Amino acid sequence: MAVVAAGHGGRMRRLFGRDPIGYAFVAPYVLFLAGLFAYPLLVALYISFFDYFFAAPGAHVARPFVGLDNYAAVLSDPVFQRSILNVAEFILINVPLTVLLSLVLASALNAKLPFRTFFRVAYYIPYVTASVAVIGVWLWLFSGGGLLNGVLGPLAPSPSWLVNDVLAMPVIALVVTWKQLGFYVILYLAALQNIPRELYEASEVDGAGVVRRFTAITVPGVRPVTTLVVILATIVGANLFTEPYLLTGGGGPNGASMSPVLLMYQQGIEQGHAGYAAAIGTVLAIVVMAISAFNRFVLERE
Amino acid sequence: MSRTWLRLSSIAAVLALLLAACVGDNGGGPAASGAAASGAPASGAAASGAPASGAAPSAAGAKGAIKIWYSNNAEEVTWGKAVVAAWNKDHPDEQVTGEEIPAGKTSEEVIGASITAGNTPCLIFNTSPAAVPQFEKQGGLVALDSFPDGASYIKDRSGALADQYKFTDGKYYQMPWKTNPVMIFYNKTIFAKAGLPTDNPPLKTYDEFLATAKTLVAKGGVQAAIWPSPSADFYQPWFDFYPLFIAQSGGKQLVEGGAPQFTSPDGLAVAAFWKSLYDGNLVPKEAYTGDSFADQKAAMAIVGPWAIAAYGTKVKWGAVPVPTKDGKDPKDIHTFSDEKSIGMYSSCKNLGTAWDFLKFSTSKDNDGQLLTLTGQMPMRTDVAATYPDYFKAHPEYTAFADQASRTVEVPSVPNSVEMWQTFRTAYSESVIFGKTPIDQAFKTAADKIKTLVSGN
Repeated sequence: MAVVAAGHGGRMRRLFGRDPIGYAFVAPYVLFLAGLFAYPLLVALYISFFDYFFAAPGAHVARPFVGLDNYAAVLSDPVFQRSILNVAEFILINVPLTVLLSLVLASALNAKLPFRTFFRVAYYIPYVTASVAVIGVWLWLFSGGGLLNGVLGPLAPSPSWLVNDVLAMPVIALVVTWKQLGFYVILYLAALQNIPRELYEASEVDGAGVVRRFTAITVPGVRPVTTLVVILATIVGANLFTEPYLLTGGGGPNGASMSPVLLMYQQGIEQGHAGYAAAIGTVLAIVVMAISAFNRFVLERE
Repeated sequence: MSRTWLRLSSIAAVLALLLAACVGDNGGGPAASGAAASGAPASGAAASGAPASGAAPSAAGAKGAIKIWYSNNAEEVTWGKAVVAAWNKDHPDEQVTGEEIPAGKTSEEVIGASITAGNTPCLIFNTSPAAVPQFEKQGGLVALDSFPDGASYIKDRSGALADQYKFTDGKYYQMPWKTNPVMIFYNKTIFAKAGLPTDNPPLKTYDEFLATAKTLVAKGGVQAAIWPSPSADFYQPWFDFYPLFIAQSGGKQLVEGGAPQFTSPDGLAVAAFWKSLYDGNLVPKEAYTGDSFADQKAAMAIVGPWAIAAYGTKVKWGAVPVPTKDGKDPKDIHTFSDEKSIGMYSSCKNLGTAWDFLKFSTSKDNDGQLLTLTGQMPMRTDVAATYPDYFKAHPEYTAFADQASRTVEVPSVPNSVEMWQTFRTAYSESVIFGKTPIDQAFKTAADKIKTLVSGN
């Protein structure tokens, strides 16, 4: 099928490869990505250098260029610093827990279990349920007079879970882990199907037990998916909004569960400081990219 | 490698072109703003000549079809539809289309986005006074003074209360429409169970209120004496600190003449009162997921007259004014208005019709209709005397009507939302969670707020 190309055709081929039709196939998604992700990202970057706010079309308003002032203000804002620490705490709890639980659950669901399909669906349901509805249930579980404190009796923490500055963030991390788990279980299930059965059979013949087979075959076998899960879970953590907004009453108690995105919402949407909010977004995007690059480096090195 | 770079640069070039095209075609976009910024006044300055306020005199007479938004609760939808139908019957050439305000986290968020997009309707019958300064800064509002009879119509209808709705530049960017003066609603059944009197219960002074709250939690079988939301939202002070501060200070706003008022002895007394309720576990620090008063988890609530329709048959209720430190005469007690205004928005083409419809919808008859359908008080001088038949038939609303004449609004100042958020943060850390002494937290907040309301 090779086509002999020369002159103009050769240049085209050098530029667009052997099958330029491929570009037509990816074009819709590239346009979608450019229009809905790349363009807003660039505009946000632009806005972050101005004392910007959203105004009516044609309104003559002052939006002076302020250079790096927004970044300086963001980085020295104690509320932002606190929100970054909160998210770091969230990620430290959520990401390892997510990886561990989803891999263990996926391995269990990959085995020949009775009601296997039922369990697979059951773990996925929280992921597709609206956060608002799910949070109502968790509020009922974790509130001062809720089910958990009822069970714990005198052992219940005081102040209670959601108004305790030490416990609020771990509770949120737990809720998000539970909610997202189904999605990551599916990813791991797909990866597990790709591990040849013969490896398990051979190791069994060699006398490897369940734990050894898990650590020596399963864990390395799903490593690319682990990288993906870690990166996705980090991004989800960095974008934390709904849970602190609803579960702990707007980042409470007293800012203990404030997240950068919630702060971005308050500043950009509620208070009209779009430039400041855009700077938060840019800093957050850089931090997430750095963490993801680091994760990838650590997890994928041979 | 070089081919990859070539591809990446092609993609970057396409994106740059896309960006330039998108921002270049919109006056409100970054490119335009960048141009506007050169040589523009310092940041924080209000929109210099918001388009419609500047253009209003010539467009003020334009007539034709208009669109309006009203609130999405059932009672106000019924009222809105009826008023629009009545207008449309007599104005075939100036038809009004009424719609419920689109859903969003808050109405203010929806309106703010709509201003930026340039697709606001002519009138929104659900404009929060706290958001008005921001909408004005966005160039989204029409100053109603630009109509020859604008200021006089507002003043005639609302009397002296109208002054609170003027912006710092002296203009009306909102029409004060209806108020829900907040009072203390209490559950008579729970009071009786706790052995407390159900008529004129001891709730006038802070000491009485505290003692009553203790009795209610101890003997009334409730989790909370009263359960205002402890969440960090900027508007929550309107339903805990602010009404009591207004009452205690004899009708002061949070900020007056650019000076924060809440660090006064009155402000500190109100904060100390709430702190004693939180410290005594009489008010929970956690949010309740439903309606704590309707679910009988709390014996009291701070609410406006809308509550009569909401709780009327479910709860045997009574209403008293908010408490003051030493128990002022109810006739001297002011409270928070919980008012909603009508805003006229700058994307409106037919301002003449919008103004005429605004006056029509706030006529004595249509205000009366609003009162009848929603129980909310039109922002008129002496509501009780204007609609005597209604209050004769519904005596339970009389206390609220009386209170409506002594309401105080949020201050109409620049950076209003940020001001409230700053206050709420200080209140949360000192009063609710007790991490910082009240006077210290309030002083820090006051210093920041002073700068904010000066427009910087």
